[in-house]
Amino acid sequence: MIYGRGLRGLALVTTATVTVALALVFFYAPLDADQGFIQKIFYIHVPLAIVSLGGFVFGGVLAVGHLRTGDRRWDMRSYVAIHMALIFGIAGLLSGSIWAKASWGHWWVWNEPTLVSFLIVLLLFSTYQPLRFAIEDPERQARYASVFTIVAAAFVPLNFIAVRLAQQYVHPRVLTLSGGNLPGSMALTFYVSLIGIVLLYITLWRYEMAAKSARMHIRRLRRSLLDDEALPAMKRSAAPS
Amino acid sequence: MTGWLAAAPALPLHSAGKYVAGAYIVFVAVVLIYVSIMARRLSATQRELARLQREIEARHSERDEQPEIETAA
Repeated sequence: MIYGRGLRGLALVTTATVTVALALVFFYAPLDADQGFIQKIFYIHVPLAIVSLGGFVFGGVLAVGHLRTGDRRWDMRSYVAIHMALIFGIAGLLSGSIWAKASWGHWWVWNEPTLVSFLIVLLLFSTYQPLRFAIEDPERQARYASVFTIVAAAFVPLNFIAVRLAQQYVHPRVLTLSGGNLPGSMALTFYVSLIGIVLLYITLWRYEMAAKSARMHIRRLRRSLLDDEALPAMKRSAAPS
Repeated sequence: MTGWLAAAPALPLHSAGKYVAGAYIVFVAVVLIYVSIMARRLSATQRELARLQREIEARHSERDEQPEIETAA
C-alpha cells in the first residue's frame, strides 16, 4: 500500500472541512442559553475526545491484524494509530481542562467519572511506547505491543459503558442513543466539526505512515544495493527493517 | 426571559473569549508541533536518501575504475 497516494487531495478536503467547521462554530451556531460563548469549546473538545478514543480502538483492530497475519506492517499501522490517538487525546484533555476552568472554576475535577476515566485511558496508552521500546527484539516487541493494544483497546468501550452507568456526574450528556439534546444548527455544526477532526486524524495517520514507509524502503534499498548488513538498527522505530 | 438569560450563563461573555481562544489555540498548536516534528523527520529522510544516492554513485565509479587497473597490471 502506498500511503502517500492521494494524500494531497485528502489534505485539501480536510483543510476545507475544518475551515467550514470553524466558520459554522463562530458565525452560524447560536450561543448556548446556559453557557453562552464558552460552549464553543464543545465543538473542538468533544470531537477530539471521540476521535482519540476511536483511534485507540482502531489501533486495537489493526493489532488484531498483526497477530492474525504476523505481518509487521499491521503493527506499524497500529503503532501510528495509537500515536495519533494520543496526540488527539492530549489536545482533547487540554481543551476540556480549559472548558472546565471556565465553566466550573477548576482546571480538573477528580470526582467527575468522565474526566478521570478519560485520563486513565490516556495514561494507559501512554505506557504503550515505553513498554514497546523496552523490548529489543523487533518480533517480540511487535507481538507484545499488539497484545497490549488489543487488551487496552477493549478497555475503552468497557470504560465508556461504566462511566455512562455512573449515577453521579456533573459532566453534561449531550449525545445519547435517543438522538441527543442539541438543536438542529448546533447538531449540524457539531457533526461537521466531528467529520473535520476524523478527516484530520486520517490525513495525519496516512502522512506518518507515508513517512515511515519511505524510511523503511530507504533502509531496504541500502541493504540490497550496498550489501550493508551491518546497518545499525533504527532507534525507537516500529517500522519493519 | 432576557433577564434570566443575563443571569443564567455560567460565564459572562466578556471573560469567556480568552478560554475559547485558549482551547482552539491549544488544538492548532498541537497540530502544528506534530507537523513540524514530521517535517524535520521528512528532511532527515531526504538527507538519508541523498547519502544513499551518493554512496551508490561512489560504488559505481569504483567498479568502473577497477577493470582498467586489472588490465594495466
